[in-house]
Amino acid sequence: MSENRYQRIGCDIAWCPGCGNYGIAKILGETLQELELDPQQTVLVSGIGQAAKLPQYFNLHYFNGLHGRALPPATAIKASNRSLTVLAESGDGDMYGEGGNHLLHCIRRNPDLTNIVHNNMVYGLTKGQASPTSPRGLVTPLQIDGVILEPFNPLAVAIALDASFVARAYVGHAEQTRAILKAAILHKGYALVDLLQPCVTFNKLNTYNWFEAHTSPLPADHDPFDRMQAFARACEDDPLRLGIFYQKEKPVFEDQLAAYVDDKRPLFERRVDVNKLAETIRAAG
Amino acid sequence: MNRIKQRPGEINLLFGGEAGQGLQTIAQILARMFMNGGLHVLAVSEFMSRIRGGSNSITLRAANQPVRAQDETIDICVLLDKDALPRLKGRCAPATLMIGDPKLFGPGSGMLPLPLNELGAQAGGTIYSNSIVCGAIACLVGWELPLLEAALAKVFSSPELLAKNLAAAKLGWDHGTEAAGHFDLPPQEKKAGQLLLDGSQAVAFGALAGGCTFIASYPMSPSTGVLIHLAKSAHSHGVVVEQAEDEISAINMGLGSWYAGGRALVSTSGGGFDLMAEGLSLAGAIESPMVIHLAQRPGPGTGLPTRTEQGDLEIARYSGHGEFPRAILAPGSPEEAFACAAHAFTMADASQSPVFLLTDQYLLDTLCDLEPFHLPDAAPEPRIVTTTKEYRRYAAGADGISPRGIPGLGEGIVRVDSDEHDEEGCITEDFDLRTAMVDKRLAKLRLLKEDLALAPRLYGTADYRRLIVGWGSTAPAVVEALERVRPASTAFLHCVQLYPLPQAVLDHLQQASKIIVIESNATGQFARLLRVETGCTITRQWNKYNGLAFTVDEVAALLQQEVNP
Repeated sequence: MSENRYQRIGCDIAWCPGCGNYGIAKILGETLQELELDPQQTVLVSGIGQAAKLPQYFNLHYFNGLHGRALPPATAIKASNRSLTVLAESGDGDMYGEGGNHLLHCIRRNPDLTNIVHNNMVYGLTKGQASPTSPRGLVTPLQIDGVILEPFNPLAVAIALDASFVARAYVGHAEQTRAILKAAILHKGYALVDLLQPCVTFNKLNTYNWFEAHTSPLPADHDPFDRMQAFARACEDDPLRLGIFYQKEKPVFEDQLAAYVDDKRPLFERRVDVNKLAETIRAAG
Repeated sequence: MNRIKQRPGEINLLFGGEAGQGLQTIAQILARMFMNGGLHVLAVSEFMSRIRGGSNSITLRAANQPVRAQDETIDICVLLDKDALPRLKGRCAPATLMIGDPKLFGPGSGMLPLPLNELGAQAGGTIYSNSIVCGAIACLVGWELPLLEAALAKVFSSPELLAKNLAAAKLGWDHGTEAAGHFDLPPQEKKAGQLLLDGSQAVAFGALAGGCTFIASYPMSPSTGVLIHLAKSAHSHGVVVEQAEDEISAINMGLGSWYAGGRALVSTSGGGFDLMAEGLSLAGAIESPMVIHLAQRPGPGTGLPTRTEQGDLEIARYSGHGEFPRAILAPGSPEEAFACAAHAFTMADASQSPVFLLTDQYLLDTLCDLEPFHLPDAAPEPRIVTTTKEYRRYAAGADGISPRGIPGLGEGIVRVDSDEHDEEGCITEDFDLRTAMVDKRLAKLRLLKEDLALAPRLYGTADYRRLIVGWGSTAPAVVEALERVRPASTAFLHCVQLYPLPQAVLDHLQQASKIIVIESNATGQFARLLRVETGCTITRQWNKYNGLAFTVDEVAALLQQEVNP
């Protein structure tokens, strides 16, 4: 790993040699460096899985919680202290499978956070079972006759929910991925980055070569503010398009909360006003 | 008409009708009227799980003395619909004065006629029936209108609505004049500052007193009231309130908020709490404070959604994988609910552990009058440190407590991890470190058991040999029954902190030669906990699990049988 003040040097990394996660960590570190984010004000939130170990290798605050549950604490962290920059990242099984319900409602809430999903179309840490994004027919130790479920299309779902920022990147294209991550972090509102990566150990189909052959950038004339066009392109499955599919300015969750209408302070600075509480109780009783 | 024989100094009213007919409004208005007349009140709702129709009832008890439990005597029964008669007949005695609309029950029903349909039409619609009923009741107990009018003014804030309801109340009052003063319960001097609140309000206000700044929850009876009352305070007290997509999200949001400096509460009930078990265990792993309001209703499954039970003590005690400290508080009155809710935040914050507030439908939905809560002199100060560069979230400390930093306050990095971790919060698989971390986490239990523990309350003689032990909402019925029966060398121990058991509970148990545990469940969950934790021998168990709370009469009968078998 290269020198980067956001990344930890010399820790024992739990990823397989050649794993796409190395590239994601490097690109994320470089993106943070380019944005010069204040490490004191930046929080990584992750679930469980190989992707979810990424925060371990960064010099940043982190909340490494439960499998599938990164988005609820990420939303609450942002809603409790709005000056923090919050990034929620995990794998495809975590975010799209176990955490599917949270994903839907997080998009509806539109908190100002960046949701990076490492998508390698297979389960790694549990050793090779199908993930929600595995293609039909993928043979695994569990799906012995091949996957029979329709793969989950995160971009189409997010655009259908009118998510405020929807993008797909591929770890093999570092420069474009950096640009997308940068735009996602700077975007005010929920930003989904579906980040394609190979699993060199368990997915022998969706390899580096496969991604090179089956991805291509969005056409130069793609209009990210055109929802129907974005949806149509999100439905294309070969090649998988890369870039910012959809973007829309929308009110963010935490700024609309009653708690912040008259009081801009983060929650940790607040103390109950005992006299006011006595008055509230009197009025109710 | 002759005076009806009532228990001296009190009156018990029963109202039956369909959902949507306004029984709650009647209870609110009359409770406030009796309070305005210096009496104490208790209103217990009993309702079906539906929005309209069905057959519901409310019992209103008003007395010279404080009343906190249900009696079975009914002096007046008002029937707002036909179905209420077969349903409530069994709860009435020959002496009970039945009141109903002759249009519904016929002229020969033997009831005191109250032509609600006809009077309602005069008042401007059936919606005014509630105020008509209230007017009639005021007249029956021989009270003049102003006390009722003041109550109406509190309930109806819109001037137009108030005027119509005042007129309706007068119609009811005028109609009742021939039976005026049927009951003997004169008004007394009004007690200044007396409040009328239900258990849900007490929990919500207690949470605010404890410094609650965040609640995420999913609606589920009977826990929703707390969420609603905090939503009402979102603007005035700066509370973040969010209806989560499910209970899993709710508790994970709560943990995220604590991590970032909030003070979070989740409010839920049995099945909803089942979904939170994983998050509870996460709180144990990352050593996060968390306050969980677990509002019990009868299970298993969907059970009886609108009824009461004390069947979830064991999930509060044992749910969540792995071993970590926790505390369970079970208030028995609105005052205790307020105090426990506030204290739960202090306990959770100080011990960096989850704390349960274990209530039930009966406590939450029951309205009663009370003196203003004891508020803290100053706002509770959160136990958060400003971090330095060397900060380690899980550094060893006394009683297993590591100073808790939050992101954005200081120069350190705050890492929390659900995997086993080292002092910095980084994943480890080192066996010695694992053992040390388990020991560190479990060491926090001492604080909950000793320094922060809530003592039990003893009622009756201190020189007892027979000890009745209860918890949560059963307390008021036992206390009143004990006063009524006055059995020799018998006391009642009301346990507020159920886990970890404070030493005082053990001491009280040791003095007893006979221990009886009373609780609203079938298998005796607290009795089992007492045996496990103390090794005590329990002589007898009094259990009720039909979905309704113990009444004073029931407990009194059990006591009588115990004394004179």
